[in-house]
Amino acid sequence: MISAQSFGENGKMKDYHHTGPVEYRFSPYTFNGGTVLAVAGEDFAIVASDTRLSEGYSIHSRDSPKCYKLTDTTVIGCSGFHGDCLTLTKIIDARLKMYKHSNNKMMTSGAIAAMLSTILYGRRFFPYYVYNIIGGLDEHGKGAVYSFDPVGSYQRDTYKAGGSASAMLQPLLDNQIGFKNMTGVEHVPLSKDKAVQLVKDVFISAAERDVYTGDALQILGIFVDTNEIPRLQFLCIYQADHWQEVSLPGGGLDDCAFTFSLRIKINVGSIFLLVIWIHVQ
Amino acid sequence: MEIDSISSGSPASPSPLGAQPMQLNGCRSFRSMLGSPDISLANNAYWGIPSRRWDANAWKRQSSSAEQLPVLMSLFGGEMSLLRSPLQPPSPGFSFDLTERNAVLGRLLEGSPPPRPVKTGTTISGMVFRDGVVLGADTRATSGDVVADKMCAKIHRISANMYCCGAGTAADTQKTTDLLASNLALFSLNSQRAPRVLMAASILQDTLYRYGGQIGAHLILGGVDYSGAHLYTVGPYGSVDKLPFVSMGSGSMAALGILEDRYKPNMEVEEAKVLVRDSVQAGIMGDLGSGSNVDLCVITAQAVDYIRPYQESQYTNGRNRKYKYPPGTTALLSEKVVPLRMELVTEAVQRMETH
Repeated sequence: MISAQSFGENGKMKDYHHTGPVEYRFSPYTFNGGTVLAVAGEDFAIVASDTRLSEGYSIHSRDSPKCYKLTDTTVIGCSGFHGDCLTLTKIIDARLKMYKHSNNKMMTSGAIAAMLSTILYGRRFFPYYVYNIIGGLDEHGKGAVYSFDPVGSYQRDTYKAGGSASAMLQPLLDNQIGFKNMTGVEHVPLSKDKAVQLVKDVFISAAERDVYTGDALQILGIFVDTNEIPRLQFLCIYQADHWQEVSLPGGGLDDCAFTFSLRIKINVGSIFLLVIWIHVQ
Repeated sequence: MEIDSISSGSPASPSPLGAQPMQLNGCRSFRSMLGSPDISLANNAYWGIPSRRWDANAWKRQSSSAEQLPVLMSLFGGEMSLLRSPLQPPSPGFSFDLTERNAVLGRLLEGSPPPRPVKTGTTISGMVFRDGVVLGADTRATSGDVVADKMCAKIHRISANMYCCGAGTAADTQKTTDLLASNLALFSLNSQRAPRVLMAASILQDTLYRYGGQIGAHLILGGVDYSGAHLYTVGPYGSVDKLPFVSMGSGSMAALGILEDRYKPNMEVEEAKVLVRDSVQAGIMGDLGSGSNVDLCVITAQAVDYIRPYQESQYTNGRNRKYKYPPGTTALLSEKVVPLRMELVTEAVQRMETH
């Protein structure tokens, strides 16, 4: 088949002006795509990611979210090479447990960020090919976002986009959240609902223009509710093509349902299971 | 000096590019075509794309003078012979016109990476149904990993009864189909006949084979002529297949799965439209190089229905808010007004002849 011939390694289109022998080396990395975004408000934080896992021009999975819950107050979004994302999150989970057992308290967002930086730099000469963004509440209850590069350089931000469409989204966030390059505009502080709407719109732009982003959008919100307990709420999975929005009731869920619903990468039918749970309740 | 000899094309003086005096020959045969039937034209069954005749002297002249010529001439030398007179028959053998141009461009761009062609990374498909042909295509054009155009048109009009979908390098598909359309229009004016799909496929095959695959055009040509509905696929190296259903592009595997599963001969028009739409949708969902809308083109003996878009992208009108910036949002740092003082030198009125 003619079209099959024109595709070389990794499903990329082969260049027709190719002359001479080509050496193929084994690469330990591959790029699995995906975009992650985190926004910090006054008393909340939102971490969002698309759920597409791709390689070359193909899709491995439409249901592989990139946000992982670390503690009740912290979520990490990892995009890049999926193998390294999985290993890195396992290592972070183990270190969280070790910290809790030796210090008798959960790690704060800032502490997790500092620890992740040292973990990443420990592999300075064979890096984890992962673009991390941590979102959560700091020890004072304010929203915090920490963004990383693959070898551990990090800083605290108000908002950050990472992954394949980061270059497209970051200027848009600079304008809409940071009010950059605008004059005569009132600097209204960001509310949770407005932040969620903005994140949805911004991901539509990313999905239209970046080939690796699409399928569905997962948004996780971390905020302090009326009982002064920080809660991690699974806000929605947003799939534009089916126009279905699976939202959860405002009262929040208990921890076991969180854990269950967040490990969507294992349960493909989890959307339906969530719906069933609500009816039973 | 070189420029003059190219444009006048006198047969006596050998022009530096070794170009045949094509302009003059072309004009002569055109005039004879208008006046009386020319037997030599009838022998030239191909109203194809001409090129320079390739003799040894021309090659020698070219290789030495290509260096001396201004860069502009060497850049356009290949293309000028291509575009100048479409009534000339194509010369036999391979055409290496563009390799010189590429070499010159390579020297110009020494060090910096060459410009990347925009590839369509497409899903196109077509099938024959009871009354004619249905062609379908997505509308995404990618430049690397970024979508360059969300609404590009991949179904090109060749003639009133023929349309052609194109995948591969966007410029190649557009130009190849445009040249084909022009040549077939001239043919139908000359012969008072609607062109046959077979002719179009042959012309495409001749053109693409001559360039040895350097023109990255993967085409699906469909149309209805007096002998019925026909669907051809033409590859970049010049292969032609006549098939009842076909798909091309990076999403062709996904589309072909749908077509193989549900294709039946002599389907009805609505069922055929849904099948082609489903096949393109499979490409849009399963292939990262395809996306956005689905365009359809239904060709029957009576009419052509070009439906653009048949299905819109899932993200159209998906945004919650309108992002509008009132005037004054962009900061005005400084302002300088320079009035242009112009004097009236002469005034002349020229009538246009319009009847």
